[in-house]
Amino acid sequence: MTNPISINEVPVNPEIIQDEYLIYKKPSTLTDKPFHYCPGCGHSTVHKLLMELVEEIGIQSDIIGVAPVGCSVFAYDYMDIDMQEAAHGRALAVATGVRRMLPDKYVFTYQGDGDLAAIGTAETIHAANRGENILCIFINNGVYGMTSGQMAPTTLAGMVSTTSPFGRDVKTQGYPLKIGELLSLLPGVAYVTRQSVHTPTNVRKTKKALKQALEYQKQGLGFCMVEVVSNCPSNWKMTPLESLKFVEEKMIPFYPLGDLKVPGGK
Amino acid sequence: MGELKLMKGNEALAEALIRSGCDGYFGYPITPQSEVIEYLSREATARTGMVVLQAESEVASINMIYGAAATGRRVATTSSSPGISLMQEGISYIAGAELPCLVVNVVRGGPGLGTIQPSQADYFQATKGGGHGDYHLLVLAPYNVQEMVDFVKLGFELGEKYRNPVMILADGAMGQMMEKVELFEQQTRKTSFADWATNGKPKDKERRIITSLFIEPERMEQVNLNLQAKYKAMQENEVRYQTMNTDDAEYILTGFGLGSRIAMKVMELAREKGIKVGLIRPQTVYPFPYQVYKDIAPKVKGILDIEMNAGQMVEDVRLAVGDKTRVEFYGRMGGIIAEPDEVFNYFEKVFLGDK
Ligand SMILES: Cc1ncc(C[n+]2csc(CCOP(=O)(O)OP(=O)(O)O)c2C)c(N)n1
Ligand code: SF4
Repeated sequence: MTNPISINEVPVNPEIIQDEYLIYKKPSTLTDKPFHYCPGCGHSTVHKLLMELVEEIGIQSDIIGVAPVGCSVFAYDYMDIDMQEAAHGRALAVATGVRRMLPDKYVFTYQGDGDLAAIGTAETIHAANRGENILCIFINNGVYGMTSGQMAPTTLAGMVSTTSPFGRDVKTQGYPLKIGELLSLLPGVAYVTRQSVHTPTNVRKTKKALKQALEYQKQGLGFCMVEVVSNCPSNWKMTPLESLKFVEEKMIPFYPLGDLKVPGGK
Repeated sequence: MGELKLMKGNEALAEALIRSGCDGYFGYPITPQSEVIEYLSREATARTGMVVLQAESEVASINMIYGAAATGRRVATTSSSPGISLMQEGISYIAGAELPCLVVNVVRGGPGLGTIQPSQADYFQATKGGGHGDYHLLVLAPYNVQEMVDFVKLGFELGEKYRNPVMILADGAMGQMMEKVELFEQQTRKTSFADWATNGKPKDKERRIITSLFIEPERMEQVNLNLQAKYKAMQENEVRYQTMNTDDAEYILTGFGLGSRIAMKVMELAREKGIKVGLIRPQTVYPFPYQVYKDIAPKVKGILDIEMNAGQMVEDVRLAVGDKTRVEFYGRMGGIIAEPDEVFNYFEKVFLGDK
């Protein structure tokens, strides 16, 4: 087996490293460590969007992030900001502790569906209900990624996973949970929106939503959740392209995109 | 001389939290210690700006402690046995991430929902780990309301010195009884914080990461070795205990917290009858004062350990003395507090023979 070459070893012609040729670069707020995420995984995209915003708004010294247990457990390896790694499901309790000690900083959690909507449901609902001034970034990929493809609370009816090998049977395994809709009912919640990163347009919309949420946090409006309907090509047993098609054709019809609650609105 | 007051143990502890400059308290009500969160809810925020938050569960409160402690602030939670059991995963993470904080267990009888009456049955859980992984809390065992106060201040200081969670292992009797206490002066809350604290990445400095995850085995082993070195330093520097009448003692009574109070009464009864009895009372049960037992063992005819459990600390006493003297145990369970008379009778029976 050959060793994979690291990003720093890729040969580059020095003549093309010039500002006028620059069409794309990673934000300075992302570290140089290559993502461990599988090719085509939405986690990488959302990490990048968030760190772009941290750079653009200029809040690298004013933001504390809380990583979950899930595929994004190593988020702190990539995000060049102060971060804490929480126990599985407890990110919003941890973030509450941070928020209450640091009322003037930006605080966010980054969580998967198992973390946020199964083992951590109580912490999620109560942090939201207290109106904690926290941004919760929720990556809904309908599966437990890190532990290799078990059913999540968000797994679609009939969807195959390693613990629903014949397709999720809602009669015995429960229904897919729309946590965004649930949270949008709570008065402490300022903003809930559902976005995706499966097309360039949607990527831009997700970034806009994240920016909006950070702005609301600055205004002290309360709990904000940006749900991102995402993919897990590895555990869905699909190519990255097939997984994006699945997001479009299966996930989004059940988890429709758009704002579920906006400040002062519905 | 500090301010003198007649106070209930739980309220005295709450007052000490405020006075120690504590920044945040996160807790969930449970008998026999709900007075702590009630007292803090009434008093704390107005006096020092301290945050007091009732969490949705002990699982949440201990993880709030994790997040808050990771900002370098002084934070504490209190609970009783079933709640402390729920916290164990979080405590293990706190120990792994090396975060100082204070956790108070006002122990009640178990197992299960058990009883709301006082007990000492959580000694193993407190001193031998409790949650998963090779870790220890530094555990202080108060025997009166004064120590409920003093150990709050000491606990915060030791926790910060070692970057380690500290537990006060009290019991329902300590929490509920009223005694005269001397209160220390109000301390100002901290305004500067440790380098490791996640308060927002300082400009031109490395980011701070608070985690207990070390995926490479070599790194994980090194983290463990560092923890073990820290526990060794605690064993060398932080052992605390009290001895009474040990100089001429032929027998030793021992126990921690409530057990040691009963032992004191038994010692009085024995001394009245001319039996030379002394006492050893550990104030730190982790690190445990093995040496003092080891040193005294060859000089006495026996040690009687008194606990409100089925015999937990007695294992440490036996470990310390080996076969150098006889070790006997007297315990009551289920929330029953042993009477000095019954313990004295037992002492006479096992050591002096039936008369
Ligand atoms: C207390 C506890 N239970 C179970 C696990 C195992 N575990 C780790 S991640 C995970 C699920 C992660 O899925 P999700 O939150 O959807 O995130 P993803 O990996 O899909 O991004 C589970 C069950 C754990 N680490 N801790
Ligand atoms: S397992 Fe799934 S969620 Fe995890 S990195 Fe791979 S594709 Fe992404």
